[in-house]
Amino acid sequence: MALLEVQNLVIDIPTDAGVLHAVSGISFSLERGETLAIVGESGSGKSLTSLALMDLLPRRAQRKADRIAFDGTDLQSISASGMRKLRGNRMAMIFQEPMTSLNPSYTIGNQLMEALTCHRRVPAKEARDRAIHLLEKVGITAADKRMGQYPHQLSGGLRQRVMIAMALMCGPDLIIADEPTTALDVTIQAQILHLIADLQKEFGMAVILITHDLGVVARVADKVGVMYAGRLVETGSARDVFKDPRHPYTRGLLECIPVPGRTQPGMPLGAIRGQVPNLIGKLEGCAFRNRCDFAAGECAGTIPLAAPTPAHDVRCVRLPALEATA
Amino acid sequence: MSSKDDTILELRDVTRTFRISQGMFRQKATLTAVAGVSLKVKRGEVYALVGESGSGKSTLAKMLLGLLPPSSGEILIDGTPIAATDRIAVARRIQPIFQDPYSSLNPRKSISQLIALPLVVHGIGTSAERQKKVAEMLDVVGLPRRLLDASPSQLSGGQRQRVAIARALVMKPEVVICDEPTSALDVSVQAQILNLLLELKKELGLTYFFISHNLAVVEHLADRVAVMYLGRFVEERTRAGLFAQPRHPYTRALLESVLTPDPDLGVPDTHLGATFPNPLTPVAGCAFHPRCPSALEICRVAPPPVAQQPDGWATCHLAQAASSPAPQPAH
Repeated sequence: MALLEVQNLVIDIPTDAGVLHAVSGISFSLERGETLAIVGESGSGKSLTSLALMDLLPRRAQRKADRIAFDGTDLQSISASGMRKLRGNRMAMIFQEPMTSLNPSYTIGNQLMEALTCHRRVPAKEARDRAIHLLEKVGITAADKRMGQYPHQLSGGLRQRVMIAMALMCGPDLIIADEPTTALDVTIQAQILHLIADLQKEFGMAVILITHDLGVVARVADKVGVMYAGRLVETGSARDVFKDPRHPYTRGLLECIPVPGRTQPGMPLGAIRGQVPNLIGKLEGCAFRNRCDFAAGECAGTIPLAAPTPAHDVRCVRLPALEATA
Repeated sequence: MSSKDDTILELRDVTRTFRISQGMFRQKATLTAVAGVSLKVKRGEVYALVGESGSGKSTLAKMLLGLLPPSSGEILIDGTPIAATDRIAVARRIQPIFQDPYSSLNPRKSISQLIALPLVVHGIGTSAERQKKVAEMLDVVGLPRRLLDASPSQLSGGQRQRVAIARALVMKPEVVICDEPTSALDVSVQAQILNLLLELKKELGLTYFFISHNLAVVEHLADRVAVMYLGRFVEERTRAGLFAQPRHPYTRALLESVLTPDPDLGVPDTHLGATFPNPLTPVAGCAFHPRCPSALEICRVAPPPVAQQPDGWATCHLAQAASSPAPQPAH
């Protein structure tokens, strides 16, 4: 049984101008120990998807789905207190901003220990020992001393490590990491990604990585989902998506980034013309068609899932035409 | 043209220190944000500066813009010291593009007011002439003219950054200081802005001082690259030389940390220690030695020498050994 199963997840946000369809029907599943990366640009709905799984959406956002199941438990029918027992305990989240997601008026130790004591009846000594153990695990030296420090006394890289340690306090089965390295320097980024991978191996955690950084995705993900305008337009193994991208949006994205050795310095980079569509009101057809070089009349209709190879799904009706130009 | 005329921007041994409060009853400490930096930017080149947060990049940018005076040393534009020049006159020749177009544009002004402001400040043209100029600038940066009366909140991130570029270029500056101009943007928008910057450079003959931590972007854009670590330049090379054969271990670690979208490669190990440098307590010898994977005994005691390279230099004991022939015995 999959650890996490999501079928047809929809997130609607009512606004003054009409309903904003932030996420319109995405499905994916995740096994224990696996890493799924959801990649997309701002406004694609990737962060809302992660909040929806944790039931942390803003109050006015409406979540609907055919099925959201975590380890066999239906998360749609679970009570608020039942969800609170899962959240932070068996499903944990690492947020993007280590500067703002720690409470500035409590010590690191206090916040780490609380993550455990609010879920388990454990003596303070045991919580403290685990906190120190995990701080050492995430590569923080003099962990004992750090426990008494406040977030402002730590650098960005250290704060992000503290966030990871906090997410691990209860030994979760699933970690959702929303842009865990975006605010960090490149050398620290590599260290944090190593750390997540090592811990994953050691504890058998599943990880959902939400990011816009294609380099990070290619290097750490088992499975990749490319999101555009609230839909998964292409899913597959990291190899499939990066070595054999099929959707015009995925191809466009990969051409946008300068890659030493592939792009010619000083020459124009590939660019996706136009802008992300407005997601308010009724949406029909492929959301990418107004920016797509291969768009045709049929793109305005329903877009079925095409699978060029097993376990590689693409939401595009123009695949045959694309193949012809490739 | 002599080689001297080629230099548009020059730093001579520039240092900037700050006094940092350590608490009410403790003595203030001195933080050296920029330590003895010298550089020459040639007219028409893209000079890139890379380094991690806290390395002093932004302090350096502020000094170039005349927003912060150096504690010691000299900054010259076209051979004239900035310190001796009126700030408004400096602004005519050097203009910035900042990282975050969400905070660098006044939300209460219209797009045309934002772009026209430098012209107003410098008292250039009549109102009608300024409006004409603003409309032309919109064409240059590829924004539709219907956005003239829009406010920044109605624009996307990429459009806002185009407004910031239009505002920087409306005075026809010679040098543009680009401080992480695409870090806050999505990848598809980043590509559009980088293409625009390259195009404008060619058309208007601009010189860019380009600050970034994204080495893939730097490799794409730069002619020469300087690497900064804890306030000091540790390596300055041509783009091709630096990316093919980095001489400083820190540069090497930075290059290894670049994650290209290749699913066959894992996450690289930079072998850098986790010891985070504290700029308030400088170490003896080479500033990088606590994190350096190949540090020698000499690195802990003696400051590194400048090792000349065919296309630049690096300050490292090891680069010195690698680039010069082995020293002959004295007798």
